Amino acid sequence: MAKYVGKVWIVGDDVDTDLIIAARYLNDSSEDFLKEHCLEDVIPDFHNKIAKGDILVAGKNFGCGSSREHAPVAIKATGISCVVAESFARIFYRNAINIGLPIFTAPEAVKAISQGEEIVVDSEEGYVEQVKTGQKYEAEKFPSFIQEIIEAGNLLNYVQRRVQKND
Amino acid sequence: MTITEKILAAHCGLEEVKAGDLINARVDLVLSNDITGPVAIKEFRKLGVKKVFDRTKIAMLPDHFAPNKDIKSAQQCKELREFAKEQDLTHYYEVGKVGIEHCFLPEQGIVGPGELIIGADSHTCTYGALGAFSTGVGSTDVAAAMATGEIWLRVPSTIKVNIVGQPSNPWVSGKDVILALIGKIGVDGARYQSLEFVGEGLKHLSMDSRLTICNMAIEAGAKNGIIAVDEITKEYLKGRYHKPLIIYESDEDAVYDREIEIDLSTLKPQVAFPHAPSNTRDIDNVGEVVIDQVVIGSCTNGRIEDMRIAAQILKGKRVDPYLRLIVIPGTQDVYKQCIEEGILDIIIDAGGVVSPPTCGPCLGGYMGVLAKGERALSTTNRNFVGRMGHPESEVYLANPAIAAASAITGKISSPEEVE
Repeated sequence: MAKYVGKVWIVGDDVDTDLIIAARYLNDSSEDFLKEHCLEDVIPDFHNKIAKGDILVAGKNFGCGSSREHAPVAIKATGISCVVAESFARIFYRNAINIGLPIFTAPEAVKAISQGEEIVVDSEEGYVEQVKTGQKYEAEKFPSFIQEIIEAGNLLNYVQRRVQKND
Repeated sequence: MTITEKILAAHCGLEEVKAGDLINARVDLVLSNDITGPVAIKEFRKLGVKKVFDRTKIAMLPDHFAPNKDIKSAQQCKELREFAKEQDLTHYYEVGKVGIEHCFLPEQGIVGPGELIIGADSHTCTYGALGAFSTGVGSTDVAAAMATGEIWLRVPSTIKVNIVGQPSNPWVSGKDVILALIGKIGVDGARYQSLEFVGEGLKHLSMDSRLTICNMAIEAGAKNGIIAVDEITKEYLKGRYHKPLIIYESDEDAVYDREIEIDLSTLKPQVAFPHAPSNTRDIDNVGEVVIDQVVIGSCTNGRIEDMRIAAQILKGKRVDPYLRLIVIPGTQDVYKQCIEEGILDIIIDAGGVVSPPTCGPCLGGYMGVLAKGERALSTTNRNFVGRMGHPESEVYLANPAIAAASAITGKISSPEEVE
C-alpha cells in the first residue's frame, strides 16, 4: 500500500509496446539498456528528462500490441513510480502487475491532468489528486486476488508462497 | 456457456464459469520464444524450482531473431537452447526444424481443440482457429506456469462475430475479414474480451484463413479469438493431431456482450494505413501509394495458401525494379512445399528474395528493415510507428494477393491491375 507523489508526464491514446520499447532493442533484456530507449520515439531522451518518482499519465489502451514484458520493465527502470491511464491493454496490465509496476485506471483524472503538474496517487484509498487544486478522482480498485499479487510485490513472490518445490 | 467459458471451466475443475470470474486454470502448453523465453527462464530460476511442471508441455521456439541476427540475439537463443537441453523439453526446435511459432505449432499438430494454451507472444491467440482457448501473456506468467502448470485468468465476456455471405471478390481472404472487423471496432474494440466467429460464411474460409483471423484478434485488444470445430477443422487436424478431439460448442443460451456482422459478399480486400491496424480502407479507396518494399510472410500470412496466392499473381511477372520483394515461408514444411510446387521458382524469377522462416522484418528485427521515409506493404499484423524500422518509415497491411500485385506495380494495387 503506497502513496505516490510526482510530476506528470503525459502520453496519448493507444501508446503501443513498440513505442514503449521498440523491438529493435529486444536482443537485450537488461534493465539499464531498456530504460535508455524507453518511450524514445514519443519523448526523446525520456529517461534523462524524468526525475525518479515521476508519474506517467496515458490515454486509452496503454501498452497495446506485443506481450513483451520488457515494456513495463523499461518504464519501471527509468524511475517512473506508477502509471495512471484511461485504460490499459490486457497483456500490459498483467505484465505490470506481475513485475510490480503500479498501475491505476482513472479515466476522469486523465482528462483533468496536464503535463508537468504534480499529482498524488493513493493506492489504498483508490484516488488520484491534483496537488494544486486538491481535486480528487477515483481510481479503479483491483479484484482482491490481483490485490494479493500486488501486495506480494510481484507474481513470483506470490507464486513462491504457493509452490511445492518439486526437486 | 460460450466455447471459451466451457474450455476455461474444464481447466479449473468447475461445472460453470462466467464472464468476470477470476480462475486459476491448468495449462496444456506453455510457449515462449527467443525474445520472451530468456526473461521467463531468468524469472523461473528465481522461483528456486529445479524442474518444469511437465517437460512435454513446454514449447520454446527460437523464431524472432533466429537464425541469429547479431551477437546479442545469439546469446538469447543460446539461453533458450541450454534451458531446453537441461529440462529435456519435448518441444524445442532448432533452426533448420523450427518455423514461425504460430505457423509451426498448428501445422505439426502440437496444439488442438479444447486445449488451453498460453504463450509469451501476443499472437498466441492464433490457435483459437482450431477451437482451442489460447492467449498471449508475459514472461513472468510463463515462468510461473512452467513451475506450477497453472495461470490466473479473468474469464472474458464474448463478442459474437457473425460471418455471413459468400465472397464475391476472388482475392478476399481471412486477412480482409479481420482487418475489416478491426476497422469497425477499433484497436481496443474487444479489449479483455473474446471474439467468437460464427456463421454460415465460415464454410468459405479455409483453415489458413481462419488462423489468420484468430491471429489478429489481439489487434482489436482481444484476449482470444475462437472458432468452433467443423468439417474444415477436422480435415486439417487429420494426420497431424493425434490426441482425441475435445470439441465444444456454445450453448443456445450463451451470453454475449454484443454481436457484429461481417458480410463476405460485399467485402473488398482491405488495406490498413499507418499507424494502426484499425485505419482500414477498401482497396478501391487507397489512391496512389508508392512503396519501397513488400513483405509476404509472418505468423499472420506465412502459410502455404498465402504462398500459393502470391505465386499465382507473380507468375511470369517482374517485380518493380526499385522495390524489394521479401517472401518468408512460415515453416520448413511450407518452404519445402513451395519448392515442390514451383512457387520459389516463380518468386525468384519475378525478382523476389526468399528468406528462411523467421519473424525478422515484421517487428523491425532484420531481413528487411526500413530506412527513414520508406514505405512497405506487408502481410504482417502491425503497422505501429517504427514497427519495421526507422520511426519515420511507414507500414501498410494487406493480404498476400494485394502484396504480390503491389510488388509488381511498385504502388499499392489490386491483382486486377496486373492481369
